Amino acid sequence: MISKEEVIKISKLARLKLSEGEVSKMQKDLSEVFNYFNLLKKAKSQSKAAVFSVGIKNKKEKEESIGIKRITREDRADSQLEPVVKKLIEAAPDKKNSHIKVKSIF
Amino acid sequence: MSVQKQFLTINDIKKGLLEKRFSALEVTKNYLKRIKEKDEEINAFLVRTEELALSQAKEIDKLVSEGKKLPVLAGAPCAVKDIILIKDIKCTAGSKILENYIAPYDATVIKKLKDSGAVILGKTNLDEFGMGSSTENSAFKITKNPHDLSRVPGGSSGGSAAAVAADECCYALGSDTGGSIRLPASFCGVVGFKPTYGAVSRYGLIAFASSLDQVGPLAKSVEDAKIIFDVISGKDKMDSTSAEVKWPKSDYSLKNLKIGVPKEYFIKGIDPEVKKIIKETIKKAEEQGAKIEEISLPYTEYALAAFYIIAPSEASANLARYDGIKYGLSENEKGGILDVYLGTRSKGLGQEVKRRIMLGTYSLSSGYYDAYYLKAQEIRNLIKEDFEKAFDKIDLIFTPVSPTTAFKIGEKTEDPLSMYLSDVFTVTANLAGLPAVSLPCGKIDNLPVGIQIIGKPFFDYQLLQAASFIEKLSL
Repeated sequence: MISKEEVIKISKLARLKLSEGEVSKMQKDLSEVFNYFNLLKKAKSQSKAAVFSVGIKNKKEKEESIGIKRITREDRADSQLEPVVKKLIEAAPDKKNSHIKVKSIF
Repeated sequence: MSVQKQFLTINDIKKGLLEKRFSALEVTKNYLKRIKEKDEEINAFLVRTEELALSQAKEIDKLVSEGKKLPVLAGAPCAVKDIILIKDIKCTAGSKILENYIAPYDATVIKKLKDSGAVILGKTNLDEFGMGSSTENSAFKITKNPHDLSRVPGGSSGGSAAAVAADECCYALGSDTGGSIRLPASFCGVVGFKPTYGAVSRYGLIAFASSLDQVGPLAKSVEDAKIIFDVISGKDKMDSTSAEVKWPKSDYSLKNLKIGVPKEYFIKGIDPEVKKIIKETIKKAEEQGAKIEEISLPYTEYALAAFYIIAPSEASANLARYDGIKYGLSENEKGGILDVYLGTRSKGLGQEVKRRIMLGTYSLSSGYYDAYYLKAQEIRNLIKEDFEKAFDKIDLIFTPVSPTTAFKIGEKTEDPLSMYLSDVFTVTANLAGLPAVSLPCGKIDNLPVGIQIIGKPFFDYQLLQAASFIEKLSL
Protein backbone atom coordinates (compact mmCIF):
# COMPACT_ATOMS: atom_id res chain seq x y z
CA MET A 1 0.00 0.00 0.00
CA ILE A 2 1.31 3.41 -0.98
CA SER A 3 1.14 5.89 1.91
CA LYS A 4 -0.60 9.25 1.89
CA GLU A 5 2.75 10.95 2.44
CA GLU A 6 4.21 9.23 -0.62
CA VAL A 7 1.27 10.35 -2.77
CA ILE A 8 1.79 13.94 -1.62
CA LYS A 9 5.53 13.74 -2.23
CA ILE A 10 5.05 12.39 -5.76
CA SER A 11 2.36 14.97 -6.52
CA LYS A 12 4.84 17.70 -5.66
CA LEU A 13 7.43 16.21 -8.02
CA ALA A 14 4.74 16.00 -10.70
CA ARG A 15 3.69 19.63 -10.16
CA LEU A 16 0.16 18.65 -9.24
CA LYS A 17 -1.83 20.08 -6.38
CA LEU A 18 -4.25 17.43 -5.18
CA SER A 19 -7.23 18.02 -2.92
CA GLU A 20 -7.63 15.83 0.14
CA GLY A 21 -10.25 13.77 -1.68
CA GLU A 22 -7.94 13.35 -4.68
CA VAL A 23 -5.09 12.20 -2.43
CA SER A 24 -7.23 9.43 -0.92
CA LYS A 25 -8.54 8.31 -4.30
CA MET A 26 -5.03 8.43 -5.79
CA GLN A 27 -3.68 6.38 -2.86
CA LYS A 28 -6.27 3.68 -3.51
CA ASP A 29 -5.87 3.68 -7.33
CA LEU A 30 -2.06 3.79 -7.37
CA SER A 31 -1.83 1.03 -4.77
CA GLU A 32 -4.06 -1.19 -6.85
CA VAL A 33 -2.16 -0.52 -10.08
CA PHE A 34 1.30 -0.95 -8.52
CA ASN A 35 0.10 -4.13 -6.94
CA TYR A 36 -0.65 -5.32 -10.46
CA PHE A 37 2.79 -4.13 -11.66
CA ASN A 38 4.43 -6.43 -9.11
CA LEU A 39 3.66 -9.18 -11.60
CA LEU A 40 6.85 -8.07 -13.34
CA LYS A 41 8.95 -9.36 -10.46
CA LYS A 42 8.00 -12.83 -11.62
CA ALA A 43 9.41 -12.26 -15.11
CA LYS A 44 12.80 -13.76 -15.74
CA SER A 45 14.94 -11.29 -17.62
CA GLN A 46 17.56 -12.56 -19.95
CA SER A 47 20.99 -11.53 -21.13
CA LYS A 48 20.68 -9.42 -24.24
CA ALA A 49 17.39 -8.00 -23.17
CA ALA A 50 18.75 -5.35 -20.86
CA VAL A 51 16.85 -2.40 -22.21
CA PHE A 52 16.92 -0.03 -25.13
CA SER A 53 19.27 2.69 -24.08
CA VAL A 54 18.43 3.76 -20.57
CA GLY A 55 20.48 3.48 -17.46
CA ILE A 56 23.10 1.09 -18.73
CA LYS A 57 26.79 0.96 -18.24
CA ASN A 58 28.72 0.56 -21.48
CA LYS A 59 25.89 2.37 -23.12
CA LYS A 60 27.46 2.63 -26.55
CA GLU A 61 28.32 -1.02 -26.80
CA LYS A 62 24.89 -2.04 -25.59
CA GLU A 63 23.20 0.21 -28.09
CA GLU A 64 25.22 -1.14 -30.95
CA SER A 65 24.41 -4.70 -29.94
CA ILE A 66 20.68 -3.99 -30.27
CA GLY A 67 20.94 -1.93 -33.43
CA ILE A 68 20.40 1.56 -32.07
CA LYS A 69 21.77 4.45 -34.07
CA ARG A 70 22.34 7.96 -32.70
CA ILE A 71 20.41 10.64 -34.58
CA THR A 72 21.41 13.79 -32.76
CA ARG A 73 21.76 16.99 -34.75
CA GLU A 74 23.32 20.33 -34.13
CA ASP A 75 21.45 22.42 -31.56
CA ARG A 76 20.44 25.15 -33.95
CA ALA A 77 17.02 26.73 -34.42
CA ASP A 78 15.57 26.87 -37.91
CA SER A 79 14.04 30.26 -38.48
CA GLN A 80 10.27 30.26 -38.78
CA LEU A 81 8.03 32.37 -40.97
CA GLU A 82 6.86 35.52 -39.24
CA PRO A 83 3.13 34.65 -39.23
CA VAL A 84 3.92 31.38 -37.41
CA VAL A 85 6.07 33.19 -34.85
CA LYS A 86 3.27 35.70 -34.30
CA LYS A 87 0.79 32.90 -33.73
CA LEU A 88 3.09 31.16 -31.26
CA ILE A 89 3.48 34.36 -29.24
CA GLU A 90 -0.24 35.04 -29.56
CA ALA A 91 -0.93 31.68 -27.89
CA ALA A 92 0.87 32.68 -24.69
CA PRO A 93 -1.45 33.72 -21.88
CA ASP A 94 0.74 36.61 -20.72
CA LYS A 95 2.83 38.60 -23.18
CA LYS A 96 4.25 41.98 -24.00
CA ASN A 97 5.09 42.92 -27.62
CA SER A 98 6.92 39.90 -28.99
CA HIS A 99 7.89 38.54 -25.58
CA ILE A 100 6.26 35.96 -23.34
CA LYS A 101 6.00 37.11 -19.74
CA VAL A 102 7.06 34.70 -17.01
CA LYS A 103 6.86 35.31 -13.30
CA SER A 104 10.05 35.72 -11.39
CA ILE A 105 11.49 32.32 -10.54
CA PHE A 106 13.30 33.38 -7.38
CA MET B 1 -28.34 14.10 -56.42
CA SER B 2 -27.33 10.50 -56.06
CA VAL B 3 -25.14 10.31 -52.99
CA GLN B 4 -27.86 8.56 -51.02
CA LYS B 5 -26.08 5.20 -51.12
CA GLN B 6 -24.66 4.42 -47.71
CA PHE B 7 -20.98 3.97 -47.09
CA LEU B 8 -19.31 5.59 -50.06
CA THR B 9 -15.64 4.70 -50.24
CA ILE B 10 -12.87 7.07 -51.29
CA ASN B 11 -12.81 5.57 -54.78
CA ASP B 12 -16.65 5.61 -55.03
CA ILE B 13 -16.55 9.35 -54.45
CA LYS B 14 -13.74 9.96 -56.90
CA LYS B 15 -15.50 7.89 -59.55
CA GLY B 16 -18.77 9.74 -58.97
CA LEU B 17 -16.99 13.07 -59.37
CA LEU B 18 -15.28 12.02 -62.59
CA GLU B 19 -18.56 10.72 -64.02
CA LYS B 20 -20.20 13.95 -62.84
CA ARG B 21 -22.89 12.05 -60.98
CA PHE B 22 -22.47 14.49 -58.10
CA SER B 23 -20.23 17.40 -57.17
CA ALA B 24 -17.80 17.50 -54.27
CA LEU B 25 -19.89 20.28 -52.80
CA GLU B 26 -22.99 18.06 -52.85
CA VAL B 27 -21.12 15.20 -51.18
CA THR B 28 -19.74 17.51 -48.51
CA LYS B 29 -23.11 19.15 -47.82
CA ASN B 30 -24.65 15.72 -47.57
CA TYR B 31 -22.16 14.66 -44.89
CA LEU B 32 -22.55 17.97 -43.04
CA LYS B 33 -26.30 17.40 -43.02
CA ARG B 34 -25.81 13.89 -41.75
CA ILE B 35 -23.55 15.14 -38.95
CA LYS B 36 -26.22 17.66 -37.99
CA GLU B 37 -28.84 14.90 -37.80
CA LYS B 38 -26.78 12.06 -36.31
CA ASP B 39 -24.30 13.74 -34.02
CA GLU B 40 -26.96 14.94 -31.57
CA GLU B 41 -27.07 11.37 -30.29
CA ILE B 42 -23.58 10.07 -31.20
CA ASN B 43 -21.47 13.02 -29.99
CA ALA B 44 -18.52 12.07 -32.18
CA PHE B 45 -17.47 15.63 -33.07
CA LEU B 46 -15.95 18.31 -30.84
CA VAL B 47 -15.50 20.91 -33.58
CA ARG B 48 -17.10 21.13 -37.01
CA THR B 49 -15.04 22.83 -39.70
CA GLU B 50 -17.87 23.55 -42.12
CA GLU B 51 -16.23 26.56 -43.72
CA LEU B 52 -12.96 24.70 -44.35
CA ALA B 53 -14.83 21.67 -45.75
CA LEU B 54 -16.94 23.72 -48.15
CA SER B 55 -13.95 25.66 -49.46
CA GLN B 56 -11.96 22.45 -49.98
CA ALA B 57 -14.93 20.88 -51.81
CA LYS B 58 -15.21 23.90 -54.09
CA GLU B 59 -11.52 23.54 -54.99
CA ILE B 60 -12.14 19.96 -56.06
CA ASP B 61 -15.17 20.95 -58.15
CA LYS B 62 -12.99 23.54 -59.86
CA LEU B 63 -10.49 20.81 -60.79
CA VAL B 64 -13.34 18.66 -62.13
CA SER B 65 -14.77 21.48 -64.22
CA GLU B 66 -11.33 22.30 -65.62
CA GLY B 67 -10.85 18.66 -66.51
CA LYS B 68 -7.69 18.41 -64.39
CA LYS B 69 -6.38 15.24 -62.77
CA LEU B 70 -7.97 14.62 -59.38
CA PRO B 71 -5.75 13.93 -56.36
CA VAL B 72 -6.23 10.56 -54.61
CA LEU B 73 -8.47 11.74 -51.77
CA ALA B 74 -10.43 14.18 -53.94
CA GLY B 75 -13.70 15.21 -52.35
CA ALA B 76 -13.77 12.43 -49.76
CA PRO B 77 -14.91 14.07 -46.50
CA CYS B 78 -12.98 13.03 -43.40
CA ALA B 79 -12.77 13.66 -39.67
CA VAL B 80 -9.63 14.15 -37.60
CA LYS B 81 -9.01 13.13 -34.00
CA ASP B 82 -8.75 16.32 -31.97
CA ILE B 83 -5.15 15.64 -30.99
CA ILE B 84 -3.78 16.36 -34.49
CA LEU B 85 -3.18 20.01 -35.39
CA ILE B 86 -5.06 21.71 -38.23
CA LYS B 87 -3.86 25.24 -38.81
CA ASP B 88 -6.14 27.94 -37.40
CA ILE B 89 -8.59 25.38 -35.98
CA LYS B 90 -9.06 24.70 -32.27
CA CYS B 91 -7.20 21.64 -30.98
CA THR B 92 -8.19 20.59 -27.47
CA ALA B 93 -6.78 17.05 -27.08
CA GLY B 94 -10.02 16.52 -25.13
CA SER B 95 -8.58 18.59 -22.29
CA LYS B 96 -9.70 21.72 -20.43
CA ILE B 97 -6.08 22.81 -20.43
CA LEU B 98 -6.23 23.27 -24.24
CA GLU B 99 -9.91 24.26 -24.43
CA ASN B 100 -9.19 27.48 -26.35
CA TYR B 101 -5.94 26.51 -28.05
CA ILE B 102 -5.78 27.36 -31.76
CA ALA B 103 -3.28 25.33 -33.78
CA PRO B 104 -0.60 27.61 -35.28
CA TYR B 105 0.37 25.15 -38.03
CA ASP B 106 -0.68 21.96 -39.82
CA ALA B 107 0.52 18.57 -38.65
CA THR B 108 2.48 16.83 -41.41
CA VAL B 109 -0.32 14.28 -41.87
CA ILE B 110 -2.82 17.14 -42.29
CA LYS B 111 -0.60 18.90 -44.80
CA LYS B 112 -0.44 15.64 -46.73
CA LEU B 113 -4.21 15.15 -46.59
CA LYS B 114 -4.81 18.70 -47.78
CA ASP B 115 -2.32 18.25 -50.65
CA SER B 116 -4.21 15.11 -51.67
CA GLY B 117 -7.58 16.79 -51.99
CA ALA B 118 -9.12 15.89 -48.64
CA VAL B 119 -12.24 17.62 -47.35
CA ILE B 120 -12.04 18.06 -43.57
CA LEU B 121 -15.39 18.05 -41.77
CA GLY B 122 -14.22 18.48 -38.21
CA LYS B 123 -12.36 17.28 -35.12
CA THR B 124 -13.46 14.23 -33.19
CA ASN B 125 -13.80 13.43 -29.51
CA LEU B 126 -11.19 11.42 -27.59
CA ASP B 127 -10.02 10.48 -24.14
CA GLU B 128 -8.04 13.43 -22.77
CA PHE B 129 -4.57 13.35 -24.41
CA GLY B 130 -5.42 9.88 -25.73
CA MET B 131 -5.44 8.41 -22.23
CA GLY B 132 -8.28 5.95 -22.03
CA SER B 133 -10.05 3.03 -23.66
CA SER B 134 -13.61 4.32 -23.86
CA THR B 135 -13.54 8.06 -24.76
CA GLU B 136 -15.26 8.68 -21.41
CA ASN B 137 -12.18 10.59 -20.23
CA SER B 138 -12.93 13.49 -22.60
CA ALA B 139 -13.37 16.74 -20.70
CA PHE B 140 -16.18 17.71 -23.05
CA LYS B 141 -18.64 14.97 -23.96
CA ILE B 142 -19.40 11.25 -23.94
CA THR B 143 -19.38 9.65 -27.39
CA LYS B 144 -21.88 6.83 -27.94
CA ASN B 145 -21.36 3.61 -29.84
CA PRO B 146 -23.49 3.85 -33.00
CA HIS B 147 -24.41 0.15 -32.68
CA ASP B 148 -25.81 0.60 -29.16
CA LEU B 149 -26.13 4.05 -27.65
CA SER B 150 -25.82 2.74 -24.09
CA ARG B 151 -22.29 1.52 -24.85
CA VAL B 152 -18.87 3.14 -25.31
CA PRO B 153 -17.24 3.41 -28.74
CA GLY B 154 -13.87 2.35 -27.30
CA GLY B 155 -10.93 4.70 -27.03
CA SER B 156 -9.09 6.75 -27.25
CA SER B 157 -9.98 7.51 -30.90
CA GLY B 158 -13.65 6.86 -30.06
CA GLY B 159 -14.99 9.94 -31.85
CA SER B 160 -13.19 9.00 -35.07
CA ALA B 161 -14.41 5.38 -34.95
CA ALA B 162 -18.01 6.37 -34.12
CA ALA B 163 -18.03 9.03 -36.87
CA VAL B 164 -16.91 6.47 -39.47
CA ALA B 165 -19.34 3.81 -38.20
CA ALA B 166 -22.29 6.25 -38.22
CA ASP B 167 -21.27 7.40 -41.71
CA GLU B 168 -20.76 10.95 -40.48
CA CYS B 169 -17.59 10.94 -42.59
CA CYS B 170 -15.97 8.79 -45.26
CA TYR B 171 -12.87 8.06 -43.15
CA ALA B 172 -11.00 9.47 -40.17
CA LEU B 173 -7.55 9.86 -38.69
CA GLY B 174 -6.75 8.57 -35.23
CA SER B 175 -3.67 7.98 -33.13
CA ASP B 176 -2.64 4.78 -31.38
CA THR B 177 -0.37 4.55 -28.33
CA GLY B 178 -1.60 1.26 -26.87
CA GLY B 179 -4.58 0.36 -29.03
CA SER B 180 -6.32 3.71 -29.44
CA ILE B 181 -7.11 3.14 -33.12
CA ARG B 182 -7.70 -0.62 -33.02
CA LEU B 183 -9.91 -0.91 -29.94
CA PRO B 184 -12.50 1.67 -31.06
CA ALA B 185 -12.36 0.25 -34.60
CA SER B 186 -13.20 -3.16 -33.14
CA PHE B 187 -16.01 -1.83 -30.89
CA CYS B 188 -17.55 0.21 -33.73
CA GLY B 189 -17.11 -2.32 -36.55
CA VAL B 190 -14.74 -0.38 -38.79
CA VAL B 191 -11.21 -0.95 -40.08
CA GLY B 192 -8.47 0.60 -37.91
CA PHE B 193 -4.80 0.55 -38.82
CA LYS B 194 -1.78 1.34 -36.66
CA PRO B 195 1.25 1.54 -38.95
CA THR B 196 4.79 0.46 -38.04
CA TYR B 197 6.44 2.86 -35.58
CA GLY B 198 8.23 5.41 -37.75
CA ALA B 199 6.13 4.89 -40.88
CA VAL B 200 4.07 8.05 -40.33
CA SER B 201 5.29 11.45 -39.09
CA ARG B 202 4.01 12.61 -35.70
CA TYR B 203 4.88 16.27 -36.28
CA GLY B 204 1.77 18.11 -35.10
CA LEU B 205 0.39 15.15 -33.16
CA ILE B 206 0.07 16.21 -29.52
CA ALA B 207 2.47 13.88 -27.71
CA PHE B 208 1.34 11.26 -25.21
CA ALA B 209 4.12 8.63 -25.13
CA SER B 210 6.69 9.33 -27.81
CA SER B 211 8.21 5.85 -28.11
CA LEU B 212 4.74 4.41 -28.78
CA ASP B 213 2.54 7.03 -30.51
CA GLN B 214 1.61 6.51 -34.15
CA VAL B 215 -0.98 8.13 -36.45
CA GLY B 216 -3.21 5.94 -38.60
CA PRO B 217 -6.52 5.69 -40.47
CA LEU B 218 -9.98 4.47 -39.49
CA ALA B 219 -12.01 3.55 -42.54
CA LYS B 220 -14.88 1.52 -43.94
CA SER B 221 -12.67 -0.79 -45.96
CA VAL B 222 -9.09 -2.05 -46.03
CA GLU B 223 -8.72 -0.49 -49.48
CA ASP B 224 -9.53 2.96 -48.04
CA ALA B 225 -7.14 2.43 -45.12
CA LYS B 226 -4.41 1.62 -47.64
CA ILE B 227 -5.12 4.71 -49.74
CA ILE B 228 -4.91 6.93 -46.65
CA PHE B 229 -1.76 5.22 -45.39
CA ASP B 230 -0.19 5.78 -48.80
CA VAL B 231 -0.87 9.51 -48.45
CA ILE B 232 0.23 10.04 -44.83
CA SER B 233 3.31 7.79 -44.62
CA GLY B 234 6.89 8.82 -45.35
CA LYS B 235 10.01 10.40 -43.92
CA ASP B 236 9.55 13.88 -42.48
CA LYS B 237 12.43 16.09 -41.44
CA MET B 238 10.22 17.50 -38.68
CA ASP B 239 10.00 14.10 -36.96
CA SER B 240 13.36 12.45 -36.37
CA THR B 241 11.66 9.12 -35.59
CA SER B 242 10.04 8.94 -39.02
CA ALA B 243 11.82 6.44 -41.22
CA GLU B 244 13.11 6.49 -44.76
CA VAL B 245 11.57 3.19 -45.78
CA LYS B 246 12.47 0.92 -48.64
CA TRP B 247 9.14 -0.86 -48.68
CA PRO B 248 9.57 -4.61 -49.13
CA LYS B 249 8.29 -5.62 -52.54
CA SER B 250 6.96 -9.10 -51.84
CA ASP B 251 3.32 -10.06 -52.35
CA TYR B 252 1.24 -12.22 -50.04
CA SER B 253 -1.29 -14.68 -51.32
CA LEU B 254 -3.77 -16.34 -49.01
CA LYS B 255 -2.75 -19.78 -50.26
CA ASN B 256 0.85 -19.52 -49.09
CA LEU B 257 0.29 -17.41 -46.02
CA LYS B 258 1.73 -18.67 -42.75
CA ILE B 259 -0.44 -17.45 -39.90
CA GLY B 260 0.63 -17.72 -36.27
CA VAL B 261 -1.99 -17.92 -33.55
CA PRO B 262 -0.42 -17.16 -30.15
CA LYS B 263 -1.92 -19.27 -27.40
CA GLU B 264 -1.35 -16.49 -24.84
CA TYR B 265 -4.07 -14.41 -26.51
CA PHE B 266 -6.81 -16.98 -25.98
CA ILE B 267 -6.58 -17.35 -22.23
CA LYS B 268 -9.31 -17.18 -19.62
CA GLY B 269 -10.95 -13.79 -19.32
CA ILE B 270 -11.76 -13.67 -23.00
CA ASP B 271 -15.48 -13.78 -23.84
CA PRO B 272 -16.10 -17.30 -25.26
CA GLU B 273 -18.26 -15.84 -28.03
CA VAL B 274 -15.43 -13.50 -29.09
CA LYS B 275 -13.02 -16.42 -29.08
CA LYS B 276 -15.41 -18.46 -31.23
CA ILE B 277 -15.75 -15.73 -33.87
CA ILE B 278 -11.96 -15.20 -34.07
CA LYS B 279 -11.35 -18.96 -34.36
CA GLU B 280 -14.00 -19.24 -37.09
CA THR B 281 -12.32 -16.46 -39.06
CA ILE B 282 -8.96 -18.21 -38.75
CA LYS B 283 -10.64 -21.44 -39.90
CA LYS B 284 -11.98 -19.70 -43.00
CA ALA B 285 -8.47 -18.54 -43.86
CA GLU B 286 -7.24 -22.11 -43.40
CA GLU B 287 -9.93 -23.42 -45.74
CA GLN B 288 -8.59 -21.04 -48.39
CA GLY B 289 -5.14 -22.59 -48.12
CA ALA B 290 -3.41 -20.52 -45.41
CA LYS B 291 -1.22 -22.49 -43.04
CA ILE B 292 -2.19 -22.03 -39.41
CA GLU B 293 0.32 -22.64 -36.67
CA GLU B 294 -0.09 -22.29 -32.93
CA ILE B 295 2.76 -20.19 -31.57
CA SER B 296 3.88 -18.96 -28.18
CA LEU B 297 4.77 -15.39 -27.21
CA PRO B 298 5.78 -16.13 -23.61
CA TYR B 299 6.25 -12.56 -22.38
CA THR B 300 2.70 -11.53 -23.34
CA GLU B 301 1.43 -11.77 -19.77
CA TYR B 302 3.80 -8.97 -18.69
CA ALA B 303 3.03 -6.65 -21.60
CA LEU B 304 0.19 -4.70 -20.04
CA ALA B 305 2.12 -3.97 -16.84
CA ALA B 306 5.18 -2.90 -18.85
CA PHE B 307 3.02 -0.68 -21.04
CA TYR B 308 1.30 1.02 -18.11
CA ILE B 309 4.70 1.87 -16.67
CA ILE B 310 6.38 3.04 -19.88
CA ALA B 311 3.50 5.05 -21.36
CA PRO B 312 2.73 7.04 -18.17
CA SER B 313 6.47 7.59 -17.58
CA GLU B 314 6.81 9.20 -20.99
CA ALA B 315 3.53 11.06 -20.49
CA SER B 316 4.71 12.53 -17.20
CA ALA B 317 7.61 14.12 -19.08
CA ASN B 318 5.64 15.09 -22.21
CA LEU B 319 2.85 16.75 -20.24
CA ALA B 320 5.25 18.88 -18.20
CA ARG B 321 4.88 21.44 -21.01
CA TYR B 322 1.37 22.35 -19.80
CA ASP B 323 2.52 24.91 -17.30
CA GLY B 324 0.26 27.92 -17.92
CA ILE B 325 3.12 29.91 -19.45
CA LYS B 326 3.51 29.07 -23.13
CA TYR B 327 -0.07 28.33 -24.25
CA GLY B 328 -3.37 26.97 -23.08
CA LEU B 329 -5.09 27.56 -19.78
CA SER B 330 -3.31 29.75 -17.27
CA GLU B 331 -4.37 30.27 -13.69
CA ASN B 332 -2.32 33.37 -13.13
CA GLU B 333 -2.57 33.26 -9.37
CA LYS B 334 -1.00 35.63 -6.99
CA GLY B 335 2.27 34.29 -5.72
CA GLY B 336 5.21 32.82 -7.58
CA ILE B 337 5.66 30.80 -10.70
CA LEU B 338 5.09 27.52 -8.86
CA ASP B 339 1.59 28.71 -8.00
CA VAL B 340 0.92 29.24 -11.71
CA TYR B 341 2.08 25.70 -12.49
CA LEU B 342 0.08 24.10 -9.71
CA GLY B 343 -3.06 26.18 -10.21
CA THR B 344 -3.11 25.65 -13.98
CA ARG B 345 -2.46 21.91 -13.90
CA SER B 346 -4.88 21.20 -11.05
CA LYS B 347 -7.69 23.00 -12.81
CA GLY B 348 -6.87 22.04 -16.41
CA LEU B 349 -6.04 18.32 -16.23
CA GLY B 350 -8.62 15.57 -15.69
CA GLN B 351 -8.51 12.70 -13.19
CA GLU B 352 -7.10 10.04 -15.53
CA VAL B 353 -4.38 12.35 -16.82
CA LYS B 354 -3.38 13.22 -13.27
CA ARG B 355 -3.38 9.52 -12.42
CA ARG B 356 -1.04 8.72 -15.32
CA ILE B 357 1.30 11.60 -14.51
CA MET B 358 1.46 10.26 -10.95
CA LEU B 359 2.05 6.67 -12.13
CA GLY B 360 4.85 7.87 -14.40
CA THR B 361 6.46 10.16 -11.85
CA TYR B 362 6.37 7.38 -9.27
CA SER B 363 7.87 4.81 -11.67
CA LEU B 364 10.69 7.18 -12.56
CA SER B 365 11.41 8.36 -9.04
CA SER B 366 14.60 7.42 -7.30
CA GLY B 367 14.15 4.17 -5.40
CA TYR B 368 11.50 2.81 -7.77
CA TYR B 369 13.19 3.41 -11.12
CA ASP B 370 15.00 0.05 -11.22
CA ALA B 371 12.06 -1.99 -10.02
CA TYR B 372 9.53 -0.42 -12.37
CA TYR B 373 10.79 1.67 -15.28
CA LEU B 374 13.98 -0.26 -16.00
CA LYS B 375 12.25 -3.60 -15.50
CA ALA B 376 9.47 -2.53 -17.87
CA GLN B 377 12.03 -1.60 -20.52
CA GLU B 378 13.63 -5.02 -20.17
CA ILE B 379 10.27 -6.68 -20.63
CA ARG B 380 9.66 -4.49 -23.64
CA ASN B 381 12.78 -5.82 -25.28
CA LEU B 382 11.86 -9.40 -24.46
CA ILE B 383 8.43 -8.88 -26.02
CA LYS B 384 10.12 -7.55 -29.13
CA GLU B 385 12.35 -10.64 -29.20
CA ASP B 386 9.29 -12.89 -28.81
CA PHE B 387 7.89 -11.39 -32.00
CA GLU B 388 11.20 -11.55 -33.86
CA LYS B 389 11.50 -15.26 -33.12
CA ALA B 390 7.90 -15.88 -34.17
CA PHE B 391 8.34 -13.98 -37.44
CA ASP B 392 11.25 -16.25 -38.40
CA LYS B 393 8.67 -18.94 -39.06
CA ILE B 394 5.44 -17.14 -39.89
CA ASP B 395 4.22 -14.11 -41.88
CA LEU B 396 1.43 -12.75 -39.73
CA ILE B 397 -0.12 -13.13 -36.29
CA PHE B 398 -3.88 -13.33 -35.73
CA THR B 399 -5.39 -12.43 -32.34
CA PRO B 400 -8.56 -10.88 -30.93
CA VAL B 401 -8.46 -7.07 -30.61
CA SER B 402 -10.22 -7.08 -27.27
CA PRO B 403 -11.40 -9.76 -24.82
CA THR B 404 -14.98 -8.40 -25.01
CA THR B 405 -17.33 -6.41 -27.21
CA ALA B 406 -18.14 -2.76 -26.37
CA PHE B 407 -18.96 -2.33 -22.68
CA LYS B 408 -21.59 -0.12 -21.06
CA ILE B 409 -21.00 3.58 -20.51
CA GLY B 410 -19.92 4.03 -16.88
CA GLU B 411 -19.12 0.33 -16.39
CA LYS B 412 -15.38 0.81 -15.85
CA THR B 413 -14.92 4.48 -15.00
CA GLU B 414 -14.56 3.89 -11.27
CA ASP B 415 -11.98 1.14 -11.62
CA PRO B 416 -8.89 2.27 -13.57
CA LEU B 417 -7.25 -1.16 -13.63
CA SER B 418 -10.27 -2.84 -15.23
CA MET B 419 -10.24 -0.07 -17.88
CA TYR B 420 -6.52 -0.67 -18.50
CA LEU B 421 -7.19 -4.37 -19.03
CA SER B 422 -9.24 -3.56 -22.17
CA ASP B 423 -5.89 -2.91 -23.87
CA VAL B 424 -4.37 -6.29 -22.99
CA PHE B 425 -4.16 -7.55 -26.61
CA THR B 426 -3.25 -4.28 -28.32
CA VAL B 427 -0.32 -2.86 -26.32
CA THR B 428 2.17 -5.46 -27.55
CA ALA B 429 2.21 -4.09 -31.11
CA ASN B 430 3.10 -0.63 -29.76
CA LEU B 431 5.76 -1.96 -27.41
CA ALA B 432 7.38 -3.83 -30.31
CA GLY B 433 6.71 -1.08 -32.89
CA LEU B 434 4.82 -3.46 -35.18
CA PRO B 435 2.06 -2.66 -37.67
CA ALA B 436 -1.35 -4.00 -36.68
CA VAL B 437 -4.83 -3.77 -38.11
CA SER B 438 -8.26 -4.28 -36.55
CA LEU B 439 -10.77 -5.75 -38.93
CA PRO B 440 -14.49 -6.43 -38.35
CA CYS B 441 -15.09 -10.19 -38.54
CA GLY B 442 -18.45 -10.84 -36.88
CA LYS B 443 -21.05 -9.71 -34.40
CA ILE B 444 -22.44 -10.79 -31.06
CA ASP B 445 -26.00 -9.49 -30.52
CA ASN B 446 -25.46 -6.62 -32.95
CA LEU B 447 -22.12 -5.66 -31.35
CA PRO B 448 -19.10 -5.88 -33.68
CA VAL B 449 -16.08 -8.09 -33.03
CA GLY B 450 -12.68 -7.29 -34.50
CA ILE B 451 -9.78 -9.54 -35.38
CA GLN B 452 -6.28 -8.15 -34.97
CA ILE B 453 -3.62 -8.93 -37.56
CA ILE B 454 -0.05 -8.08 -36.57
CA GLY B 455 2.69 -7.92 -39.19
CA LYS B 456 6.47 -7.62 -39.46
CA PRO B 457 8.00 -4.16 -39.16
CA PHE B 458 7.52 -2.16 -42.38
CA PHE B 459 5.50 -4.95 -43.99
CA ASP B 460 2.55 -2.55 -43.72
CA TYR B 461 1.43 -3.04 -47.31
CA GLN B 462 1.62 -6.83 -47.10
CA LEU B 463 -0.32 -6.67 -43.83
CA LEU B 464 -3.07 -4.65 -45.50
CA GLN B 465 -3.03 -7.01 -48.47
CA ALA B 466 -3.64 -9.96 -46.14
CA ALA B 467 -6.30 -7.98 -44.26
CA SER B 468 -8.11 -7.45 -47.51
CA PHE B 469 -8.21 -11.24 -48.14
CA ILE B 470 -9.71 -11.74 -44.70
CA GLU B 471 -12.14 -8.86 -45.24
CA LYS B 472 -13.52 -10.68 -48.30
CA LEU B 473 -13.87 -13.95 -46.35
CA SER B 474 -15.83 -12.20 -43.61
CA LEU B 475 -18.34 -10.55 -45.94
